[in-house]
Amino acid sequence: MQVTGLQEFLERIEENKGDAVIALAGNPNTGKSTVFNSLTGLNQHTGNWPGKTVVFAKGSYRYKKKNITLVDLPGAYSLLANSADEQVARDFICFGKPDATVVVVDATCLERNLNLALQVMEITPQTILCVNLIDEAKRKKMAIDFSKLADLLGVPVIPTVARDKVGLLDLKESIHRVVFEKQLLQPRRIVYNKVIESAIEKIQEEVEVLVHGSLNSRWVALRLLDGDPTIIREIFNHLQRMDPGDQQSKRALKVVEDCG
Amino acid sequence: MLDQVFALTYLPIGRKAQVIKVGTEGLIRNRLLDLGFVPSAIVEAIRKSPAGDPIAYRIRGAVIALRSEESRQIQVRVVD
Amino acid sequence: MDSLEVGLNQILSKAQKVRWQVGSVREVIVKSIYEQAQEITEKVVTTKEAEEDLDRKIDNIVTSKILGYPLMIALLGLVFWLTISGANLPSQILADLLFGFQHRLTTFFHWISAPEWLHGVLVLGLYRCLAWVVSVMLPPMAIFFPLFTFLEDLGYLPRVAFNLDKLFKRAGAHGKQILTMCMGFGCNAAGVIACRIIESPRERLIAILTNNFVPCNGRFPTLIAMAAVFLGILVSKESNLLASALVAGVVVLGVFITLLVSWILSKTVLKGVPSTFTLELPPYRWPKIGTLLIRSVLDRTLFVLMRAVIVAAPAGVVIWTLANIEVANLSIIGYLAGWLQGFGRLIGLDGYIILAFILGLPANEIVIPILIMSYLSQGTMLELDSIEALRQLLIANGWTWLTALNMILFSLLHFPCATTLLTIRRETQSIRWTWLAALIPTTVAVVVCFLLAQTARVLGLV
Ligand SMILES: Nc1nc2c(ncn2[C@@H]2O[C@H](COP(=O)(O)OP(=O)(O)OP(=O)(O)O)[C@@H](O)[C@H]2O)c(=O)[nH]1
Ligand SMILES: [Mg+2]
Repeated sequence: MQVTGLQEFLERIEENKGDAVIALAGNPNTGKSTVFNSLTGLNQHTGNWPGKTVVFAKGSYRYKKKNITLVDLPGAYSLLANSADEQVARDFICFGKPDATVVVVDATCLERNLNLALQVMEITPQTILCVNLIDEAKRKKMAIDFSKLADLLGVPVIPTVARDKVGLLDLKESIHRVVFEKQLLQPRRIVYNKVIESAIEKIQEEVEVLVHGSLNSRWVALRLLDGDPTIIREIFNHLQRMDPGDQQSKRALKVVEDCG
Repeated sequence: MLDQVFALTYLPIGRKAQVIKVGTEGLIRNRLLDLGFVPSAIVEAIRKSPAGDPIAYRIRGAVIALRSEESRQIQVRVVD
Repeated sequence: MDSLEVGLNQILSKAQKVRWQVGSVREVIVKSIYEQAQEITEKVVTTKEAEEDLDRKIDNIVTSKILGYPLMIALLGLVFWLTISGANLPSQILADLLFGFQHRLTTFFHWISAPEWLHGVLVLGLYRCLAWVVSVMLPPMAIFFPLFTFLEDLGYLPRVAFNLDKLFKRAGAHGKQILTMCMGFGCNAAGVIACRIIESPRERLIAILTNNFVPCNGRFPTLIAMAAVFLGILVSKESNLLASALVAGVVVLGVFITLLVSWILSKTVLKGVPSTFTLELPPYRWPKIGTLLIRSVLDRTLFVLMRAVIVAAPAGVVIWTLANIEVANLSIIGYLAGWLQGFGRLIGLDGYIILAFILGLPANEIVIPILIMSYLSQGTMLELDSIEALRQLLIANGWTWLTALNMILFSLLHFPCATTLLTIRRETQSIRWTWLAALIPTTVAVVVCFLLAQTARVLGLV
């Protein structure tokens, strides 16, 4: 049963991608599709249960003379797991090479949602945090210090109430700055324990040779350490796709397949 | 009961506990970790389904229901 | 072996060493990330009061041991009661309008002295089929969809899954199957696609193969009309309350059959144990009523109606033609129905009904219009603009309460529509499963109707 259809979707995006491709990622049920609808004027189905969106959706909007293609992804708790719905999101963020990724998080449940945001930031520095559902947070009498959050994370933080179209202009502006004005982002890096950090250090250079710049070598090193075969296979599949003539990655893929 | 380590399934409704260990292997384990059931996390048993199973837990701000097959794999210690 | 291969092998073996040293690298990674997320959150979020417990209070009732199940059934009944009683009047008004316009059309066709067959095909076939579909389908859908979307946006559906999970676990199925069934209420094809939320291929297939036992919107009008006819014959008075209870009962029966078939499947062709199940119960969120109304009417209702209309128009033409081309004094439909008559009688239906279901394969919405048109072609009656008229027509064609009841059951249980089958084909990438998805429900439908018909006959109830 094919669920992802990533290749096909990437081709469809290539066809007509405008000036930039932006991915909408986030935990299930945080309002990604609502943000998507508000920005594009389309009508992706939304609903208050995790897992409403199961397929990619693509839409577009225009801001400051640029055509932006927006991709609504299924919700995911993590980019590490290998369940089908989360794989879709992970593959697109890791290998679809969006110009920026907007992580939509639930303001009432920040801790859980930042888990995913931090993982996205590990893959790509071009990350924007959209803190949605702040009306619900207010209702629950929670106060959030957004500028402090932005400082701590090192990426733009935009509070929104997607359902009421509050904060979406700020979001568009932020996307514009990150993509077209090359706003410099320095996302916070997750620090692991000593054993893992030194292991990363040991293999990162060799990994760099393997991926030669098409993927973040620290992230790939971490995945190799983790040893999850499905992600590793997908990584080398990707390298192969990037450069079909590349004998290196073809052989590497074979080594990986052999190791299981 | 205070210092005892036992499976999450047996945590009484309304009590909080700390995750000590997540057993099992493979997919189930990764899934539970991703949901936030990592050692030292605080988990609270919220409610039982009318049929007794699954049970809903509050973990890191969300309410997640687990079948007993899964919650049996998580070792906890009561904290409150 | 070249340098690269050596390099990669070296990396992998280094990684292996770290795994031995650390135990579970994955656990360390996830734990570190969560701890940092927690640290950041503690720095930026201040909660002034203890967390809101309104959600808890609602959940205490909604998932309570005593009230949980009755509340679900009551809610289901309420949705149908609102749908049925709310749709009565608008349906009648629409029917008056549309069938009134039919007379104008007829007058117009006579005025331009169009040939009789043209009037037949366009007015008696195409237009009348459309008029029926619109007047019978539009009002209930325009009420049902907003109600259902309201429950969906509120966050009630995951609670249903939470309450019913144990039954599905016993049946060897996945708890999220309930969510896919909820989507099936709108459209079974959508329900089949929603099955992607189920990770394990085995349980996903079970959910796909049984989704059809949830009556979709194309079948609700049939069920509602037949419930009215059935009650009319049996207790000879109309009651919205009884009709909604009956329809709700039919849905519950559908859930029961789903469980039964899931259980059989997981003991036979789809053997296996239930996989992991984790379900988030999201906080309740009060829906925005304005947007909800606009979206559910525009996106869902009109979308489904348009699809029905697209099928109904040509179907009307085809059926009228089949009903009116006569060979040796019998219409083609008459011949076809004649062949099916024996089988139909055996399962408490008749040849025309079976034919209507077969011809209705493209969309369930057109089953009743087809049936009406084939009966009408027998010349007993010319007007049909109310449930009462429908009941008279059906009784005149030999219907009893058993026919109406079996029609309801057959509609609930029979093969999925063509769109759904194509979707199943796409989702499973398999002809075999697609065939099974058609065969399993059909077998169930035939067996249930057969048993009921024979029992009723043996007991002398009909
Ligand atoms: N109160 C409030 N509700 C919102 C807001 N944004 C979205 N919602 C509601 O939250 C629910 C979930 O929204 P979706 O857009 O479907 O969420 P999603 O992230 O696409 O969910 P998945 O596709 O399941 O991952 C819907 O019922 C929305 O109406 C908001 O800013 N405030
Ligand atoms: Mg969505």
